[in-house]
Amino acid sequence: MQWETVIGLEVHVQLATRSKIFSGASTAFGAEPNTQACAVDLGLPGVLPVLNEAAVAMAVKFGLAIDAEIPEVSVFDRKNYFYPDLPKGYQTSQMYQPIVGAGVVEITLEDGTTKPVRVHHAHLEEDAGKSLHEDFHGMTGVDLNRAGTPLLEIVSEPDMRSAKEAAAYLKAIHSIVTYLGISDGNMAEGSMRCDVNVSVRPKGQEAFGTRAEIKNVNSFRFVERAIAFEVERQIELLEDGGKVVQETRLFDPERDETRSMRTKEEANDYRYFPCPDLLPVVLDKAYIDHLRDNLPELPAEKRARFENELGLSAYDASVLSATREMADYFEEVKDVCQDAKQAANWVQGELAGALNRENLSIANSPVSARQLGELVARVLDDTINGKAAKQVFQALWNGQGASADDIIEAQGLKQVTDTGAIEAMIDQVIADSPAQVAQYRDAEPDKRGKMIGYFVGQVMKASRGTANPQQVNELLKQKLDALC
Amino acid sequence: MHDKTLAELTRSLDAGDFSSRELTQHLLGRIDRLDGQLNSFITVTHEQALAAADAADAARAAGKAGALTGLPLALKDIFCTQDVKTTAGSRMLDSFIAPYDATVVEKLKAAGTVSLGKTNMDEFAMGSSNENSHYGPVKNPWDFTAVPGGSSGGSAAAVAAGFVPAAIGTDTGGSIRQPAAFCGITGLKPTYGRVSRYGMIAYASSLDQAGPMARSAEDCALLLNAMAGHDLRDSTCVQRGVPDYTEELGTALSGLKIGLPSEYFGDGLDPQVEAAVREAIKVFESLGASVREVSLPHTHYAIPAYYVIAPAEASSNLSRYDGVRFGHRCADPVDLIDLYKRSRAEGFGDEVKRRILIGTHTLSEGFFDAYYKKAQQVRRLIRQDFLDAFEEVDVLMGPAAPTPAFDLGANKDPVSMYLQDIYTIAINLAGIPGMSVPVGFAGKRPVGLQILGSHFNESRLLNVAHQFQLATDWHRQCPALAEENA
Amino acid sequence: MALEHADVQRAAHLARLGLTDDEAARYVDDLGRILEMVDMLQALDTEGVAPLAHPLDVTQRLRADEVTERDQRSRFQQCAPAVENGLYLVPRVVE
Repeated sequence: MQWETVIGLEVHVQLATRSKIFSGASTAFGAEPNTQACAVDLGLPGVLPVLNEAAVAMAVKFGLAIDAEIPEVSVFDRKNYFYPDLPKGYQTSQMYQPIVGAGVVEITLEDGTTKPVRVHHAHLEEDAGKSLHEDFHGMTGVDLNRAGTPLLEIVSEPDMRSAKEAAAYLKAIHSIVTYLGISDGNMAEGSMRCDVNVSVRPKGQEAFGTRAEIKNVNSFRFVERAIAFEVERQIELLEDGGKVVQETRLFDPERDETRSMRTKEEANDYRYFPCPDLLPVVLDKAYIDHLRDNLPELPAEKRARFENELGLSAYDASVLSATREMADYFEEVKDVCQDAKQAANWVQGELAGALNRENLSIANSPVSARQLGELVARVLDDTINGKAAKQVFQALWNGQGASADDIIEAQGLKQVTDTGAIEAMIDQVIADSPAQVAQYRDAEPDKRGKMIGYFVGQVMKASRGTANPQQVNELLKQKLDALC
Repeated sequence: MHDKTLAELTRSLDAGDFSSRELTQHLLGRIDRLDGQLNSFITVTHEQALAAADAADAARAAGKAGALTGLPLALKDIFCTQDVKTTAGSRMLDSFIAPYDATVVEKLKAAGTVSLGKTNMDEFAMGSSNENSHYGPVKNPWDFTAVPGGSSGGSAAAVAAGFVPAAIGTDTGGSIRQPAAFCGITGLKPTYGRVSRYGMIAYASSLDQAGPMARSAEDCALLLNAMAGHDLRDSTCVQRGVPDYTEELGTALSGLKIGLPSEYFGDGLDPQVEAAVREAIKVFESLGASVREVSLPHTHYAIPAYYVIAPAEASSNLSRYDGVRFGHRCADPVDLIDLYKRSRAEGFGDEVKRRILIGTHTLSEGFFDAYYKKAQQVRRLIRQDFLDAFEEVDVLMGPAAPTPAFDLGANKDPVSMYLQDIYTIAINLAGIPGMSVPVGFAGKRPVGLQILGSHFNESRLLNVAHQFQLATDWHRQCPALAEENA
Repeated sequence: MALEHADVQRAAHLARLGLTDDEAARYVDDLGRILEMVDMLQALDTEGVAPLAHPLDVTQRLRADEVTERDQRSRFQQCAPAVENGLYLVPRVVE
């Protein structure tokens, strides 16, 4: 039988506010346990929440970016359950009237085609703390620093049909939130986490199959792998005459499999009701318009501009617009060197290679966009040749100079294009290499082309790489052929 | 000294008749000698009180005394007080030393008041008799066989007994007004949102409101001046200017339109209570007010609506008491579920458990619409009753409770206890302000008149009560306590 | 709506309240009568009436995104039943 996979994603994005969603405690990552858990975060008797404006603004910006409806009124509800990392015994969330309504995210697949994925809604909620399971005499330790960090939960419709589409959707969300600057998108630190709903159905069938929810999948790669495993598991189960159970599963990246969580909480009943400590959030048109007017250029717009106005290939445009850091870096290189294609080549070639080797993100690149732009400009105006350019790049990377020009100057890498100077070097090399000259002369004319390489190498060496290689080639050929 | 109002005490302090330290010492002495009979305090803070009194005396000497500087009072043990035990009347918080001050506490400290301690209360403010306290029941100073009312029973008894000239209470369904009525003192529940709830241990968040309990309406006005106002830490506390609540106290009542809700004078109202209330209304007529009957047609739905909404909010509010970060934790939990279940079973008393169970049940899947949503719809109808009535009249009057203080142990059945709040509970659902003012006795036990106003109309309520108190002296009656050494 | 023993047990479990069988039986009785009283609401026609969550028609005030709290861990943990290395301790959580 032919099976079709149906996937929906719930993506939790930590918003990049300075303080928590309902308290004035810091959201900074990595502090000593419980030093950023204030009275409100701890749920001490008598404390009350007050909503952070920045969290609201960030949620609305996301809504505007996916062309979603922003309802005038949204309401916070309490989701009641007991867990050690949930200090109040309820999570403040939005069940019935979320801040962002239905919208659409455009995803780009590997073959360059695009597909719309509908977003059902997005709502604000508070994050929980963390349970640490290393041994405290058989006890679990609870750190509530993360408790109260604002989350935007983005709930998609079940519109994805493959693991690749799910990964592309997650990447699209990642790029929108990082473009908007509403999240650092750092998946390793848990700034973006996702729950995946997966089901399969016979191709052509309208009704959805029973779905399993895979909790807490924390990388683009794991999303693909978890779905691949889960789809295979469900198909096998169904083909053997079994049934898929609606349940929550956990992805184990070590074993590359999903496992039933078999939680003791047999019947979850979250008893949602409107939080009486918070009032309805009412957003007027002027507030929303102000946020809309100040939205940055979004990934899809940027990709189209790179392709149409800068003449980049679809592939280059897509890679260079994937994150805001990447796009901003590329655009600065381009602005400095005034050549989009060369800028694209350098950013994706030499720079990407070096970043990859040292496992650095573009935000932490030792070579700034301005430095790289100036370097590319020196190649374009023939000040240096390609070989020297790589040398200059390496020097910039190693911090051996403040700018390309400084390094070119200090290392004497300026390209020699003066014919007289190059001829003098050629004459010297010919004079110093009588044996090679003899071989050249004795060779069949069609073999001589290869043999010229030796002389080019010697001349370049003599010029310490600065001679214009094309000129060297031409002049050498003239002079050697004249000896034949 | 112990039967004076705040306003009178300030005159004495200003005149140098005695210092705040002397006053404080005198009252602490009374509490130490006499509270064994009443059990109105859970914690008495002698040292902090004397230190605050000294600071107040110094401020007065420096000419920096305000209207409340150096005046002693007591706080219901529901307000968090930094470095002082804060129990909410529960075993759950028996060891809880609050790490911060409630906003109300901060404001009263800033006003120079001297807290003598924390008063007894029904556990987590759930009760109408103060019999639900982990620290034992409180006795009514007028009659030791009677309850003082609840949940702010300790605050009411302490004021009536002359331990403090004023105390702060909270009112979720009548918890200031009913004990004020039972103990013969004056109590005010302000409009919901008038006073910050930050640091006030939550029972039912959309109903809870703090207010003053004192010997006179004038004193309530002085206290409300210090307590009211916007708080950045409480989203439900309104951003609205605070008037000087003493300003309108002197306004004459001629032309005042009083409404008597017919539903508040029906079956189940004790005849002696009704007689005292009707006498008081005659006084208002003699002061120039006109009286007419009005109707609050949804009155009888208030108790059922309240017993859905309040327990639902409470069941969620009390989930934080899980034995992890503060409060009671059972010995040697075998696993997480055992930690939760035993800590909460041991820490909470019977009535609290009952309300947690009711609230959990009515919010659970399949019941939410029939109970919670329905109760919220009824809540709107109840509020509308009041809005409609205030189109016709300035204030509403009626009994604060259907009977005078009942006997300790008389209401064993929870439902019959709940029905005691028939006249007070709708006011919290509607969020309007209400007062109870002493207007006589049924035998030895005081009777309270309830006065209700429209949202944020506390000035008018206080004015109406004050004018009555200028014309009568029910509020100056004091019970005789046996001056024996406990 | 009648209340069964199982309803009380279920609510007690959701609310993490340990109840003995005797207590549960008593609460079935108490809660049953409270719900009977509450059921009076069903008699009232509320068709088209919007639920009222707060007594005042006011809206949420928003707080500026500023860090206003400092570390008070040691003060807050003085009232904690079990802490180690700044962490709150609970019986081992098995996932």
